[in-house]
Amino acid sequence: MSLGAEILQGDRRALARALTLVESDPHAADDIIAEVYPHTGHGVVVGITGAPGVGKSTLVDRLAGQFLARGRKVGILAVDPSSPFTGGALLGDRVRMEGRGSDVFMRSLATRGHLGGLARATPRAIQLLQAFGKDLILLETVGAGQSEVDVMGFADTTIIVVVPGLGDDVQAFKAGILEIGDIFVVNKSDRPGADQTMRELRQMLHLGPQRAWMPPVLAAQAQQDVGVSEIADAILRHSEVRLTDPEQQQRRMQEAERLVRDALAEQLVRRVVNQSQAKGRWHEVLTEVAERRLDPAGAAKALHLDQE
Amino acid sequence: MTEAEEREGTRPIRVLIGKPGLDGHDRGAKVVARALRDAGMEVIYTGLHQTPEEIVEAALQEDVDVVGLSILSGAHLTLVPAVLDLLHAQNMDDVVMVVGGIIPEEDAEELRKLGVKAVFGPGTETDDIVRFTRASVGRA
Amino acid sequence: MAKERRTPSGLEVKPVYRAEDVSADPVRDIGEPGQYPYTRGIHPGMYRDRLWTMRQFAGFGTAKETNERFHYLLRQGQTGLSTAFDMPTLMGYDSDDSRSLGEVGREGVAIDSLRDMERLFQGIPLGEVSTSMTINGPAIILFAMYLAVAEKQGVPWAKVRGTLQADILKEYIAQKEWIFPPEPSMRLIVDMMEFAAKEVPQWNTISISGYHIREAGSTAVQELAFTLADGFAYVEAAMARGMDVDEFAPRLSFFFNSHLSFFEEIAKFRAARRIWARRMRERYGAKNPRSLMMRFHTQTAGCSLTAQQPEVNIIRTAYEALAGVLGGTQSLHTNSMDEVLSLPTEKAVTIALRTQQVLAHEIDVTDTVDPLAGSYFIENLTDRMEAAAEDYFRRIDEIGGVLRGIEIGFFQREIADAAYRYQQEIDHKERLIVGVNAFVEEQEERIPILKIDPTVERSQRDAVQAVRQEREQAAVEAALEGVREAALSGRNLMPPILDAVRAYATEGEIVRTMRAVFGSYREAAVF
Repeated sequence: MSLGAEILQGDRRALARALTLVESDPHAADDIIAEVYPHTGHGVVVGITGAPGVGKSTLVDRLAGQFLARGRKVGILAVDPSSPFTGGALLGDRVRMEGRGSDVFMRSLATRGHLGGLARATPRAIQLLQAFGKDLILLETVGAGQSEVDVMGFADTTIIVVVPGLGDDVQAFKAGILEIGDIFVVNKSDRPGADQTMRELRQMLHLGPQRAWMPPVLAAQAQQDVGVSEIADAILRHSEVRLTDPEQQQRRMQEAERLVRDALAEQLVRRVVNQSQAKGRWHEVLTEVAERRLDPAGAAKALHLDQE
Repeated sequence: MTEAEEREGTRPIRVLIGKPGLDGHDRGAKVVARALRDAGMEVIYTGLHQTPEEIVEAALQEDVDVVGLSILSGAHLTLVPAVLDLLHAQNMDDVVMVVGGIIPEEDAEELRKLGVKAVFGPGTETDDIVRFTRASVGRA
Repeated sequence: MAKERRTPSGLEVKPVYRAEDVSADPVRDIGEPGQYPYTRGIHPGMYRDRLWTMRQFAGFGTAKETNERFHYLLRQGQTGLSTAFDMPTLMGYDSDDSRSLGEVGREGVAIDSLRDMERLFQGIPLGEVSTSMTINGPAIILFAMYLAVAEKQGVPWAKVRGTLQADILKEYIAQKEWIFPPEPSMRLIVDMMEFAAKEVPQWNTISISGYHIREAGSTAVQELAFTLADGFAYVEAAMARGMDVDEFAPRLSFFFNSHLSFFEEIAKFRAARRIWARRMRERYGAKNPRSLMMRFHTQTAGCSLTAQQPEVNIIRTAYEALAGVLGGTQSLHTNSMDEVLSLPTEKAVTIALRTQQVLAHEIDVTDTVDPLAGSYFIENLTDRMEAAAEDYFRRIDEIGGVLRGIEIGFFQREIADAAYRYQQEIDHKERLIVGVNAFVEEQEERIPILKIDPTVERSQRDAVQAVRQEREQAAVEAALEGVREAALSGRNLMPPILDAVRAYATEGEIVRTMRAVFGSYREAAVF
């Protein structure tokens, strides 16, 4: 039986292996994705981001518990940075998870920092989880860098987590993630300054463009499971609004376009590179660019013309 | 092939470092986790006080090549066979299992007989652990 | 130029020290033994008047076996008892809990109910010995059991002497054996302090411990700074409850590690006393001299022992013990050579105790009080240890205190970094360890090790189930309800827990009752 068929039948080991494939070698996974693609796209993908130490992992765990209790099938993807020097990574997000056994499927992804690998792997990982039957996927990334913002682009609902004080909120605004948040959570809301942080956030959101969905600002103490059910409610409300949104069809088309464009770019690059290498042109052109005898765009054009 | 593409094809070695049982001494587990990370591996740390079931489920979900257990509570002859049995039940016998901690030599022999590939006691250099890990998954 | 040398904490060490290297004021900073700021020791006559207490930590298997080891040690000349509990007891699980599988009686003695505690101290008059109990998360329950045994022996609580470790902050920082989240854990400690101040006046309710911080891989400076910072946090918590500082501070005691770097360790002990005395007087307004005196227990460094050539551990331990004595410790545990392999055999424990007896009686280091005072190097190093600790106090204040530091992983990260550095130094042979990366023997000789009887777990499981059968169930339920109410209402938990243990409620049952109110805790991964 193919790996794709095994996933569709709910084989956890097959899912784990397929996730490894999409992470390591996207082409090896093309067949699997092709097989399962009709069974993807349902349910809700929730992105959760925020600075280190705001309690994202704990919130993810509590949301998982909350949605499990509501009969949803929960999958988690947790992204941690790889070391730019060694390529290694310490993936510690499981530490915050209460033992939920095999009810929740969680996978830790390292950014691996090359060729936008994560941006390519993430939608495929989501698709695999959906094909496996998960209808509520929690996607957690650390920090507020550009690559995290990109990854959040794959979420249907994006939650920004901050804590009172310590300037975390200011950092969040600086990084421009205010625009991508659909729900704001002020975690550890028993801390001094929580009210002020919530007020400030609301003000800033009101100053922004008016949208059909006004992002709510919610207080929570994830560690104590306080306020988590309200966050879950907001996620489901947002997803209803999204589904009844007349622009929904347009958004689906946009997403399809992005995915196809990405795949196309990837395939074209690979084809050109492979053929150039086969002809021995690749190294030659790289040398010319390195020695400043040819510019990079000129090189790309030359390689591309070679094909025709 | 460029270096980047080459790296793309070979995924980093993935290792799960687990602490089964009740003891909280995580110094060794963390030093080893860091050394493996610095050697370019992806290390998933489970945290403390994990049951054998939790460790095997994590190893399955994370599709790791190697499971390393750190045990300093003297319960290794109970916990390690439990993890091995569960791995076997999940058809995960290909996963390399290593154990670190305070393990008397007699017990270490017993564990090796059960299928543990290596037992690292106090005083093991992390370089040796890195070398062993690479070799055990055929990436020496 | 010769290579720069540093202590393991990273403090520079010059080849020669001279008078100008000592900035300490001889009167203000060094002073007299038994006088403020107690740099030279808390008693004027130190070991001339009274030797340190030789207190070997013991516990394994069942209460009956450990009771036999206690009697053996007392016969060998040991002067205080120290109890090691097994992991399920430390973590609040009964022996028949599924989480306890394989761990019962392994690392210490298994205690489930008052029945085990009665057996543990059988034939030991609690009015005459002092007992130290290494227990943290569930300390309040074991304390209640000990007091209940005293009651049964007819010993008034006012005569009961001993120490609970009960230092939960260092659990979050280093040893990771917690049960509840930090806030309710702090409350349990203050409950005990409040209760003991009134009812058990000779009891040390808390032993603020650097030992485990060091074992987790910290440097000596970090051990010093983090332990004292924890101490300040307990003082502040008790004062916030409205207790007078002089009411509880005399019963606070400390517990340090003595590692291999001889002079740095001695300087650490001297600096610790001085910092504590100053802070207690200047910041917390303590007036009673006993509140200013830092009393401490010392244990040689388990993490310095090697599995290779284990007999060599006897020598390491002897030097570490000497540092503790020259540093002015009040009591001492010397590790057995085989502790890196398993729990110690009787032979190994005896040699460890003999090591202390040689120190006390054969090499004449007890004749002079603080014999190293005035050494240019020691005084200089003492000053620098103090300054380095003060730096850490400032950083901890900036973060927002100890609890906040734990939450953001500050201590955990500092320790993990130090542990990693230390291991790298060994891997790169910048630090030589005999038998590990130098003077290695091809053929290691094996020494005999202690085997825990595998039937212990079974018999202990049966025993706790028998207790549950025999006791009066209604009384247990009523007592547990009392615990629950107090946990909710904030009333002192000590009296209802005493009632529960008297009714033979098990430790696991009492912990479950409290966990239902307090919740549990998981830490973030900090490497």
